Amino acid sequence: MTESSYAIEQPVTAVHEPSGRSPRGFGSIALFATLVVLAGVVLVPILATALNGFKELGDLQTHPFNLPRIWVWRNYWDILTGFRYWQVLGNSLLIATLTVALTLALSSMAAFTFAHLRFFGDRFLMSYLQLGLLFPLATAILPLFIKVRDLGLLDTYWGVVLPQVAFSLAMSVLLLRNAFKQLPIELLDAAMMDGCGYFRFFFHIALPLSGPILSTVAVISFVASWNGYLLPLVVLNSESRYPWTLGMMAYQGQYSTSWQLVLAFITLTILPAILMFLMAQRYIVSGLTAGAVKA
Amino acid sequence: MSTADTSYVEPARRMSANGWAIVVLFLPPALLLFTVFVALPMAEAAWYGFYNWNGYGPPEKFIGLKNYGYLVGNATFTRSLVNNALIIVVSLLVQLPFALGVAMMVAGRVAGAAWFRLIFFLPYVLADVAAGLIWHFMFDGGYGLSSLITGALGVAPYYLLADKTWAFSAVLIVILWKYFGFHMMLYVAGLQGIDKSLLEAAEMDGASAFQRFWHITLPLLGPMIRLSIFFSVIGALQLFDIIVPLTGGGPFETTNTMVSYLYYFGITRMRVGFGSAVGVVLFIICVTFAFGYRRLFMRDD
Repeated sequence: MTESSYAIEQPVTAVHEPSGRSPRGFGSIALFATLVVLAGVVLVPILATALNGFKELGDLQTHPFNLPRIWVWRNYWDILTGFRYWQVLGNSLLIATLTVALTLALSSMAAFTFAHLRFFGDRFLMSYLQLGLLFPLATAILPLFIKVRDLGLLDTYWGVVLPQVAFSLAMSVLLLRNAFKQLPIELLDAAMMDGCGYFRFFFHIALPLSGPILSTVAVISFVASWNGYLLPLVVLNSESRYPWTLGMMAYQGQYSTSWQLVLAFITLTILPAILMFLMAQRYIVSGLTAGAVKA
Repeated sequence: MSTADTSYVEPARRMSANGWAIVVLFLPPALLLFTVFVALPMAEAAWYGFYNWNGYGPPEKFIGLKNYGYLVGNATFTRSLVNNALIIVVSLLVQLPFALGVAMMVAGRVAGAAWFRLIFFLPYVLADVAAGLIWHFMFDGGYGLSSLITGALGVAPYYLLADKTWAFSAVLIVILWKYFGFHMMLYVAGLQGIDKSLLEAAEMDGASAFQRFWHITLPLLGPMIRLSIFFSVIGALQLFDIIVPLTGGGPFETTNTMVSYLYYFGITRMRVGFGSAVGVVLFIICVTFAFGYRRLFMRDD
């Protein structure tokens, strides 16, 4: 990659120009041009996917990167008016919502306990939960499958939701405990003095004051669940319960010879994520990166 | 931890009934769920790994270390290990420097910086499966990008995904495309935390742009770089979702990762014992890395 060495040295002058002066002349134009090209490269696969969904197969074969010769709205229209698309999105939404709600509830309660109460074995239990940070879900996927099956949760939404929550606990308890610990201790003392009790302190003071970190945890677990593939793949059998990731693969398996339909389906299934990202970019970017940094 | 904890020592002495009620009500749900779906399966993987078991009835055919022994000489598994290592090498040597370079370009006040950051981060938000399928199209010799190139050169269509020597490079390209934006964002956050007056002072003293980068920016980015290396390696070790739609492990099983190997040879064939053994190997690699890395490089962060 010759590009990358250029990239490291070149922009330094532009970025760290003493404040008050803006990057000058040729350097800044070259920088801007480089970024435009790079943005193009990043966006081409996504745009090509969306545009090719409007084509006829023959057009797609001969001109994969042109605008459609004839705009075949039908490809998209048939998917949008069909039941399948809405079903897989609905399933994903249901699974992700349950996962987020349960993750927030369980991890904030556990994190609050670890942050404000000292009891025998508290540190041991905290480290025990932190074990979850050390290995990915894939390592235990087979025994997990057996466990889900023995509990009778195979092919149910809960069979996907509960393990997802369990695997997100380590990270979310850690993030929330650190946030709860940073609440001013005077607040707790004052609340206790007034006979407020831990329960009311938790619900009326700790939670309302922790909005940003709660939204970080929500974003992380929502995105992980929405994009999840391996776990639903192993747990779910019925297409009627498939989340969009599985639905997309099933659709591809069925229409593998008609790329234009597959690409239209991909475009429509990634559309909610892209729209959500554009609307809530601040929360999503800071949630996904700050969450990683703080943990 | 110790300094932060001192202020909480006192309440422990007089924990009220109210406090105990919290411990008894707030902790068990999380602990129960974690035990059932995380801790027990991991422990069971270690146990099942010693058996030849198809998942029905209790595991009875104890075969000792045979599952692990089979892995040692197995060419396909070795290839998946090598592939995982390749992802790590490319992530560290290509992706991270590239992400850092882009971060330096968009951390400043270049026109549209916020938009560029958004665009570069976008692929990270997409699901790995979707990214894999999109690129399956891009690499399809009859349709996508490669058809465009071969068409322009007037040569026969080239099916990269069917080329057993080079197919894995397709996986690496998709990873680069999808994940560099995440690392870029970490570096942007790091760069914005650097005190500008340091760089200005160095410039007054006549330090060149490269010297400023090498002696000031890079060391100050240290914690972020260590973090991003950590995520690169952990992410590389568990890569799976991209493989299935892109190559399905083929051609000739040359593009598997450890997890896709576990999936195709353990899960789809219901070889629970064997698959568990693969999981244990992955677990040991992850844990060794996580502990070793944190101890060696992230002590101060």
